[in-house]
Amino acid sequence: MLSWNDILVLLPEIYLVAAVCVLLLMDAFIKPDQRNATHWLAIIVTVVTGWLVVSGQPAVPVTAFDGMFVRDRAAEILQLFALLSVFLVFVYSRPYLKDRNLWHGEFYVLTLFAVLGVMFLVSAGSLVTVYLGLELLTLSSYALVAFNRDSRVSSEAAIKYFVLGALASGSLLYGMSMVYGATGTLDLAQLHAAALHADMPNLLRFGLIFMIVGIAFKLGAAPFHMWLPDVYEGAPTATVTFIASASKLAAFGMAYRLLSAFGPGGPILHQWQLMFAVLAVLSLVIGNLVAIVQTNLKRMLAYSTIAHMGYLLLGLVNATPAGYAAALFYAISYALMSTVAFGVILAMARAGFECDNIDDFKGLNQRSPWMAFLMMLAMVSLAGVPPLFGFFAKYLILKAAIDAGMMWLAIVAAIAAIVGLYYYLRVVKVMYFDAPVEGQELKPQPDLPLRWVLSINALALLVLSVYWGPLLGWCQMAFAG
Amino acid sequence: MSNHLLSLLIWLPMAGAVPVLIAGSRSSLSRWIGLLVAIVTFVASLFLLTGYDTNGPVMQLVEVHPWIESLHINYALGVDGISVALILLTTFVGVLVLIGAWDVIKDDKPHQYVAAMLVLEGLLIGVFCATDALLFYVFFEAMLIPMFILIGIWGGPRRVYATLKFFIYTFLGSIFMLVGLIYLYQQAGSFDMATMAATPLTMSQQSWLFFAFLIAFAIKIPMVPVHTWLPDAHVEAPTGGSVVLAAVMLKVGGYGFLRFSLPMLPDASAHYAWLVIVLSLIPIIYIGYVALVQEDMKKLVAYSSIAHMGFVTLGLFIVFILVRELGNYDAAKLALQGSMVQMMSHGFVSGAMFSCIGVMYDRLHTRQIKDYGGLVNVMPWFALFMVFFAMANIGLPGTSGFVGEFMVILASFSANPWIALVAAFTLVIGAGYTLWLVKRVVWGDVTSDKVAAMKDINGREAFVLGAFAVVVLGIGIWPEPLVHLMGGSINHLVHQLAISKI
Repeated sequence: MLSWNDILVLLPEIYLVAAVCVLLLMDAFIKPDQRNATHWLAIIVTVVTGWLVVSGQPAVPVTAFDGMFVRDRAAEILQLFALLSVFLVFVYSRPYLKDRNLWHGEFYVLTLFAVLGVMFLVSAGSLVTVYLGLELLTLSSYALVAFNRDSRVSSEAAIKYFVLGALASGSLLYGMSMVYGATGTLDLAQLHAAALHADMPNLLRFGLIFMIVGIAFKLGAAPFHMWLPDVYEGAPTATVTFIASASKLAAFGMAYRLLSAFGPGGPILHQWQLMFAVLAVLSLVIGNLVAIVQTNLKRMLAYSTIAHMGYLLLGLVNATPAGYAAALFYAISYALMSTVAFGVILAMARAGFECDNIDDFKGLNQRSPWMAFLMMLAMVSLAGVPPLFGFFAKYLILKAAIDAGMMWLAIVAAIAAIVGLYYYLRVVKVMYFDAPVEGQELKPQPDLPLRWVLSINALALLVLSVYWGPLLGWCQMAFAG
Repeated sequence: MSNHLLSLLIWLPMAGAVPVLIAGSRSSLSRWIGLLVAIVTFVASLFLLTGYDTNGPVMQLVEVHPWIESLHINYALGVDGISVALILLTTFVGVLVLIGAWDVIKDDKPHQYVAAMLVLEGLLIGVFCATDALLFYVFFEAMLIPMFILIGIWGGPRRVYATLKFFIYTFLGSIFMLVGLIYLYQQAGSFDMATMAATPLTMSQQSWLFFAFLIAFAIKIPMVPVHTWLPDAHVEAPTGGSVVLAAVMLKVGGYGFLRFSLPMLPDASAHYAWLVIVLSLIPIIYIGYVALVQEDMKKLVAYSSIAHMGFVTLGLFIVFILVRELGNYDAAKLALQGSMVQMMSHGFVSGAMFSCIGVMYDRLHTRQIKDYGGLVNVMPWFALFMVFFAMANIGLPGTSGFVGEFMVILASFSANPWIALVAAFTLVIGAGYTLWLVKRVVWGDVTSDKVAAMKDINGREAFVLGAFAVVVLGIGIWPEPLVHLMGGSINHLVHQLAISKI
């Protein structure tokens, strides 16, 4: 049953598992002052895995283990950007973790296991693989959220995340069992045909509802968003950076894999389109409105995430290859923007100072103009103001909604963007127009890799606003087949 | 070079912002680099006059590069006579604001100020060059960012409120335009503005799009009742910000009507022309009265801007009555020409007025009319300029202010004498608030010791005001070259409007 071919298809994942095990062992035997070795090795593992993904990419989609695992363009792009996000997380968090005595090998091991979960999730060919990948991702994430175990807020956030996450996983699994009951198959490729001739369409519908609850929870779409602000605020910023980037890519991948089975020509398309439209509107409204009153930047960004997931859902509502491409483009752009925003927070934080209140950024332009500029790029991009990258992502989403004939959704999204503009501009206002607090240091960490990579990451938002064509072409290609 | 002249004009100032920022705040180097870049841009823009053939095709100096091929989005640039005039206005003002602010922002991050100005200039030129609707939109929106920073950092006490209001207000308008543009793109299959203009649309489609665009451009111009951001933004902005805002940014709204609403939606524009005409006449009267009671000089000039821009929209939409109902093409051309001349003239006059107020503000740090009085006794040269620009603001014959207003009133008279009567009323109210301002500030006895200690304008300030004065006088005495420059493009537009797209 297990063939050599299967192993070749799974080579990046197998390599990652092996490398993480080595990393875990190695870290147990080195002295704390040699932790740099773990750090750099983890980065190398990430890069090599990315290289294996690219170099092993087949021309046509292939499956392994009887269709349990799919390697196609969509999987490649999502895996690559998830690995890129993890790379950024590693580079950005070293000084932050060091200052807080959190610089342990477990951080790297858990993050890599989580990204392994992401890789399985986005290339799942069967309901079982979806669940497997999801659990690997979320279980690692729970531990990462609780990573600062002496901090009460961190533990509280982890408990909340765990309880609600378990509920969502249960709901997803329950829905899957119903879908299986209605169709008799777990294979996503066969599900499309099987669902058309399902004996019990109501059972299928129920199953789908439960699955959508699970998806909405993972995305953080309202009204299943309650965990998100607490986790963002309570968890170590390094962990949040991961959750805001790689995790969101994974959530999109999961939604795409599960829903494409019920996609164009598929049954009950209208039902789930309507459900997603409702989720999108709620997310846009709640996310943007509640973000306005936040004073904690991480919490504000959490609500902004909720709003951004609303936009992403608009692409999924379209349920055509163009719509999926727009949503994928959006997920990637969001990952790139949020890593910049959290990267600046990580860079400005120091021992005993989290730098996560909006007021902590007062007068940043006078103390550290470059960091202020990078943060401004992230904020303006998140707000979707041209010429930054975020605008083009938003444009594609609006286009997808209009193409789907849902002009009203596009108008709701447009109004939401106006509301959103206010709180992003508030951060710019604090940095540029307010005077710095006397006696506060506000200098970025002197960590060179952090500064350079963060600068490149932020400037990419400008560069990609000119050269977004290739990325879009790539996203379109992923769903063209 | 002529093939890439437009790209050069757009990107040179923006690229110039980088060395300015690197030069830093300590030396005057950053200001010199910035000024050099602005001057080179201005000189380069003069080549437009030789490169543009008034008898040639509609769009000239065309540059098209594919941007996003799968969506048929191009980096497409081109200019007609209208664009050339507005680009020259932009580059001219771009030089003068940097000279005007030379000593004023010396101690407060001058490099960032200069860089923001240069980026703003490049983006404004981009707006006037773009022939691809998405590219236009990108420039149209992007210019909010440097202006946001300009008002927010170097503005007055309530700058944060004013700049947020400015940004969110304008963003509100343009996001609906984006939705409209995407819809139009869906119908036309391309973002090319000429293709969009040639695409047939039903009346209901046109109506929806018309209102989507109307919100965007009406806020930008601004028209009543969405004008409230302008007085706040003007009052709080630094002098240079006010000058650019009044002289160039407001013109983007009028330009948007010319490029989008009129040619793309001629039937809806004709149908709702009455609405825009009414909305233009209201500020001409009402805002004039509002200006009369202002105690803050900048606010007064800001309100007078709204009244003057009312003439622009009046001229743009009176055309539909002339063309569609009366078939009077000559009067229609006159109206459009009047609108354009009014836009240019207002650019120079309002820029000069704000510069004058800036000169006073730099000395006394107040904009209240009551704090001044009898300036003519201590600042005779300044008084000369101030009175001259005030006359231009009123629309005295011989200044540029007269030409545009006269043309629009003349054209309106052919459409409906009553409209012309109401519009002409502005000359009375305009004279009222402007002359009263001059009387209180310039004439009379010196009112306080502070005023008595004010020094007359120095060479730098005299240069800025003098340059404005030359142009205002030039257009006023001999408007023919400007009218000729835009004549062909306006002819083309008038014929476009006459044809129904339904």
